[in-house]
Amino acid sequence: MKDTLTEGRGTAADTAKIAVRGLQVHYGDTHAVRDVDVDIPDRAVTALIGPSGCGKSTFLRCLNRMNDTIPAARVTGEIRIDGEDIHDARVDPVQLRAKVGMVFQKPNPFPKSIRDNVAYGPKIHGLTRKRSELDEVVEKSLRRAALWDEVKNRLDAPGTGLSGGQQQRLCIARAIATSPEILLMDEPCSSLDPIATAQIEELIDELRSRFAVVIVTHSMQQAARVSQRTAFFHLGRMVEYGDTGKLFTNPADPRTESYITGRIG
Amino acid sequence: MSDQAARPTSLLERSSYTARRHAAETRFRACGLGAILIGLAALTMLLASVLGPGLGAFRQTHIHLPIHLDAAALDKSGTRDPEVLKKVTTLGYGKVIDKALAEAVAQAGIAIEGLSDAEISGIISREAPAQLRRKVLANPGLIGETIPLSILADGRIDGYLKGRVTAATAALDSNVSPAQLQLADAMGERGLISLDLNAAFLTAPDASDQRPEAAGLGVAILGSAYMMLIVLALALPIGVAASIYLEEFAPKNRLTDLIEVNIANLAAVPSIVFGILGLAIFINVAGLPQSAPVVGGLVLTLMTLPTIIIATRASLKAVPPSIREAALGLGASRMQAVFHHVLPLAAPGILTGAILGLAQALGETAPLLLIGMVAFVREYPGAPPEGLFDPASALPVQIYNWTQRADPAFVERASGAIIVLLAFLLVMNAAAILLRRRFERRW
Repeated sequence: MKDTLTEGRGTAADTAKIAVRGLQVHYGDTHAVRDVDVDIPDRAVTALIGPSGCGKSTFLRCLNRMNDTIPAARVTGEIRIDGEDIHDARVDPVQLRAKVGMVFQKPNPFPKSIRDNVAYGPKIHGLTRKRSELDEVVEKSLRRAALWDEVKNRLDAPGTGLSGGQQQRLCIARAIATSPEILLMDEPCSSLDPIATAQIEELIDELRSRFAVVIVTHSMQQAARVSQRTAFFHLGRMVEYGDTGKLFTNPADPRTESYITGRIG
Repeated sequence: MSDQAARPTSLLERSSYTARRHAAETRFRACGLGAILIGLAALTMLLASVLGPGLGAFRQTHIHLPIHLDAAALDKSGTRDPEVLKKVTTLGYGKVIDKALAEAVAQAGIAIEGLSDAEISGIISREAPAQLRRKVLANPGLIGETIPLSILADGRIDGYLKGRVTAATAALDSNVSPAQLQLADAMGERGLISLDLNAAFLTAPDASDQRPEAAGLGVAILGSAYMMLIVLALALPIGVAASIYLEEFAPKNRLTDLIEVNIANLAAVPSIVFGILGLAIFINVAGLPQSAPVVGGLVLTLMTLPTIIIATRASLKAVPPSIREAALGLGASRMQAVFHHVLPLAAPGILTGAILGLAQALGETAPLLLIGMVAFVREYPGAPPEGLFDPASALPVQIYNWTQRADPAFVERASGAIIVLLAFLLVMNAAAILLRRRFERRW
């Protein structure tokens, strides 16, 4: 796919899963995201990197309108998912979030059983009512999150009793149980040890066969390992966006080069 | 810099600075321990001053007599018609009891010098004839029979058996004579008079100034229970709904800030002010009856609301935001996020706050005085919901009322009522702790 911003913007927007044009985010007086244009492909992992406070998490939260829950946040510009403007008055953010799942920085399972954690999404969206179908969804989601073998014998144990890495995989299972099309991950490994991180990364690699994954990460190694495309954010602007390999080996912008070589950040 | 100079070179030696820090810590610990000891001493004194005089209220002196219900005296017509029977007043029944007592004393061979007939019948409570009359009216078939009956003894005799009245005080007291105390002694030896468990203290209505021995908490407990029912039914849902709205849904602006400040201030408003409000609005404007549990309940609801709202908001705030984000991120609506995840986690705190608010309302006296709950009520209020509009008393008001009475026997009653009130509060607090444990144990 040749869809960097410099080449063929029009055609790229047609094939992109998420097309963002002229996105601005203000938090009160802070201009957190400035003028971002980006096309995020389907069935690939897109990594967002950049120093702390560069607006990458804010950008991510725009994609499922989680910023709506923050009273001071003001989002302008256009975000289209499958060609549909998510800020259209007819769009219910609740429905949008069923289509765009999210995994947070800190594992945040509900203080309920593992089964209830995973079954919650399908339940509230009315996807399944029957217990047997629900059990099926739970098993499928936990298998996809590579957690099934570890918890299949204790589905009624509290989700909060799992280890950090298991909790995060439970959160991923919970997010994919609603059958989203896009999965947003906000530094999903930042509170995990290297082994748990490796497991999650492996999982992310598998998830890309079904979802468009957008991941915010502080670790450039992680971005290089798991993503196909990478966007570099700096001071609220998206400085560079392109194939991961190219961005890390041959960055076009001097600021990107400074960041990946450790001179800023 | 001077500390640097004073620091000894060896670790085994204490520097003057370290010694000062240790001394400060020791002083602070001593202060803390002292504070706890003072608190314990105050609690002990409170319990001693209440339990000492109050436990007596749970036992009562009864005179055990076979009473012949003479048909000639109680039912001259012989029809057993309740309407006719009602014409015989307590005076008639009093004579029946007096006769039975005089016979029993004579039969037991008790002879006490200088004891008049009036003094013998004086050891019986003034309430006893009324009790007998109620019993007979409820069951007219008893007339003509001889039934064994335990009747209340006079408050002074009761005081004698409990040690409050002695021969020395009786000599100075116009209500009781030393000869009557001797009679009580003699009857006690023959098992005619004894101290028994006083269940009536919890069930009987209040009694007049001359009959402390018959006074009970029945109406007060019922009135308090009705009011708590109203407070629970109104304050809990309103308070929780208001808190959820303010905490989870309302926009954060000047108006909500103002509301917040006002709720916090409302919690500090003296309770008597709520009483005036209740008098002005519920009684004068809305025209609700005085002394009614419904008015008391509404006033206490107003008083408890700020407490419940503050406790509920605090427990909602304590739920980590990550839980809300998780639910919202999954596509839950705000209401689903609150009711499925936030509220269950906040429930222990909300319940504890509600029960403590309820306990506070149970012990509140001042606002009830203003709406007329201090009235002398002998009739039990009816069953809810109509009974909520009947006159009733309340536990703390009953205590206040009894402490105003002249007869020393009421001191015992008031202390006993305090024990009952404390027991209720203890049960409620224990319930709060149990509920908290139960909900928290879930995870």
